[in-house]
Amino acid sequence: MSTFEYAPAPESRSIVDIAPSYGLFVNGEFVDGHGHSFKSISPSTEEVLAEIAEADETDVDLAVRAARRAHSRVWGRMPGKERAKYLFRIARIIQERGRELAVLESIDNGKPIKETRDVDVPIAAAHFFYYAGWADKLEYSGYGTESVGVAGQVIPWNFPLLMLSWKIAPALACGNTVVLKPAETTPLTALLFAEICQQADLPPGVVNIITGAGETGRALVSHPDVDKVAFTGSTEVGRSIARSVAGTSKRVTLELGGKAANIVFDDAPVDQAVEGIVNGIFFNQGHVCCAGSRLLVQESVADDVLDRLKRRMSTLRVGDPLDKNTDVGAINSAEQLAKIRELSAIGEDEGAERWAAPCELPEHGFWFPPTLFTGVTQAHRIAREEIFGPVLSVLTFRTPSEAIEKANNTPYGLSAGVWTDKGSRILKMAGALRAGVVWANTFNKFDPTSPFGGYKESGYGREGGRHGLAGYLKGEARR
Amino acid sequence: MSRIDVRKTYKLFIGGQFPRSESGHSYEVLDSRGRFVANAALASRKDARDAVVAARKAFPGWSGRTAYNRGQVVYRIAEVMEDRRPQFVEALRRGEGRTSAAAGKVLDGAIDRLVWYAGWADKLAQVVGNANPVAGPFFNLSTPEPTGVVAVLAPRESSLLGLVSVVAPVIVSGNTVVVTASPDRPLPAVTFAEVLATSDVPAGVVNLLTGSLDRTAATLASHMDVNAIDLTGLAADAEQATALEVEAAANLKRVRRAPAAEPDWSEDPGLDRMTDVLETKTVWHPIGV
Repeated sequence: MSTFEYAPAPESRSIVDIAPSYGLFVNGEFVDGHGHSFKSISPSTEEVLAEIAEADETDVDLAVRAARRAHSRVWGRMPGKERAKYLFRIARIIQERGRELAVLESIDNGKPIKETRDVDVPIAAAHFFYYAGWADKLEYSGYGTESVGVAGQVIPWNFPLLMLSWKIAPALACGNTVVLKPAETTPLTALLFAEICQQADLPPGVVNIITGAGETGRALVSHPDVDKVAFTGSTEVGRSIARSVAGTSKRVTLELGGKAANIVFDDAPVDQAVEGIVNGIFFNQGHVCCAGSRLLVQESVADDVLDRLKRRMSTLRVGDPLDKNTDVGAINSAEQLAKIRELSAIGEDEGAERWAAPCELPEHGFWFPPTLFTGVTQAHRIAREEIFGPVLSVLTFRTPSEAIEKANNTPYGLSAGVWTDKGSRILKMAGALRAGVVWANTFNKFDPTSPFGGYKESGYGREGGRHGLAGYLKGEARR
Repeated sequence: MSRIDVRKTYKLFIGGQFPRSESGHSYEVLDSRGRFVANAALASRKDARDAVVAARKAFPGWSGRTAYNRGQVVYRIAEVMEDRRPQFVEALRRGEGRTSAAAGKVLDGAIDRLVWYAGWADKLAQVVGNANPVAGPFFNLSTPEPTGVVAVLAPRESSLLGLVSVVAPVIVSGNTVVVTASPDRPLPAVTFAEVLATSDVPAGVVNLLTGSLDRTAATLASHMDVNAIDLTGLAADAEQATALEVEAAANLKRVRRAPAAEPDWSEDPGLDRMTDVLETKTVWHPIGV
């Protein structure tokens, strides 16, 4: 197949100004941490971007104290309509500094600029805009109006700024104060967000950003003066958090792993379905908890769908995240790349057949080509475990009931996809799939008004929408 | 010569059947003054696992019923209870040491609570669901769904009103339940199971275990096919409640923590016993021609 060559279309880096080192953002100021520092690197070049302070237990304690003070003296007492205006300010500044945030996110995370520009940043701003409007309307929410207190929030590296907004916006709208820990590989946009809080004149201590790795996160969620824990990340860490809060009065929401089935019936519009499959698993390099990582395709159309899928995958542009034509960026870290390689090798060892899109990968940085496995059975580890990379496992089915059985045969339950032209079948499947989000004839859509969260071992609680307020309000009727 | 009465054997209720404990064990149940009343089945770990299997098997059918139908079935439980008033009054008199009048009031409360919850079956989705105005051409709807199999440790003190107050909110939305009765006062629960068996409640929707929690609670808390656990029966037993919450993390069960003291069951229950065992499912579909 002949394709046009694309000229390079790099987005300029000049808009961002990365400092050589960053401290912690506590009580409205950047301060030195008491722990060691670590480096944040660009996963597409392995270039060191900055030295980042690691918060130790003392730092966590200082941040929680600052948040507590801010909650009891300022933020928890402030009328909702005033809190709202701070959130609207933040939303506006995110929009104003949108390009800067997009470029910085792309550099630090490795994801394509196209995506940070069109998805991460605008939806982050939209979350603040949406929850700002709730701040003075909580009496209509169904969850009461009383804030919980101090929220300890730990977020992953796959959507750094977006996950920050999912956590901070509803917490603040409800009158809580927060201590947030971004992932150790992607702290930079959270630190820029701290600056945005300063520009918005947010009262000190309402938002505290502490950087570090697993130890810092553990110290935060187990701090006795944290009232609410919100975590997005792996099911394994989620389990340990669930254990650590046992016997306390802490509230918890967990948004964990997934192994979503993306189900394609024989009457589906094939080209749209193929786009949906590609978007489902290769969006954000497959670093998506709700990724459509198991393709269940009806046997009668499997060959056709696979042919078209491979053809489409061959046109994906993998490379420089800052190039505006790039579809698939860098794998976020060497560690994640090793995990993807390991599980892919296991896929082959267990008898599945690997096919990777022919593409030239850059010499430096962490890269993995868009890949699919055929001949996958339900027992294969690549059909059961979250790979969290651009790797699709393809299974087939004959009847709708077989599709339901296979789709639900997982300990996870975060999301699922259905592709068919038949309305009654969509509704039947949507009802039968045990997953918190079902995308029918679409995939990987997100919106601040739309609740997101899992069944089973994908965690509990919802983020987004009216339901997203529940975790941050004390209301008796938690509905 | 006066007639010798026929005594009842108090058994477990699993999958619509009334088996004895597979272990063959039973224990003495005493009345409020310490006098022997009956031998009840002492449920084993295996009984608990069997009950989970029965509850799982019943889940697709029960959750697949229309809300209207589930509401009628729960209402039917109230009808049959009303019909058996003397039996429950007697059981509460002996087990909880109440006067007949007080026992009657407790029974009123239990029956009325069932009626209240029955009415929620076809209203929950309207009150807790949402249509979401997303910023794009998509239909987007959030609806509640039952979480699955729920283990419930029923309260120790209130052996009937408390039991009904923790079971009804779980099943009305389509969950199935394995409930452990008050260990010291299990008999009203067994009689309640007999009501369930004659109230159009499908087999396995409610499964009842009697006996010591030491034998069953940890099995339920750590069971990988149980989706949620309500620790109400461990009121004021923080140590045991914490241990079970830790076990429950194995498969990230939804946990309703134990209260500091047994609740006042005469109070308005609110929605949270129902919403704690619901999942929110959000469905997206493009809008176009």
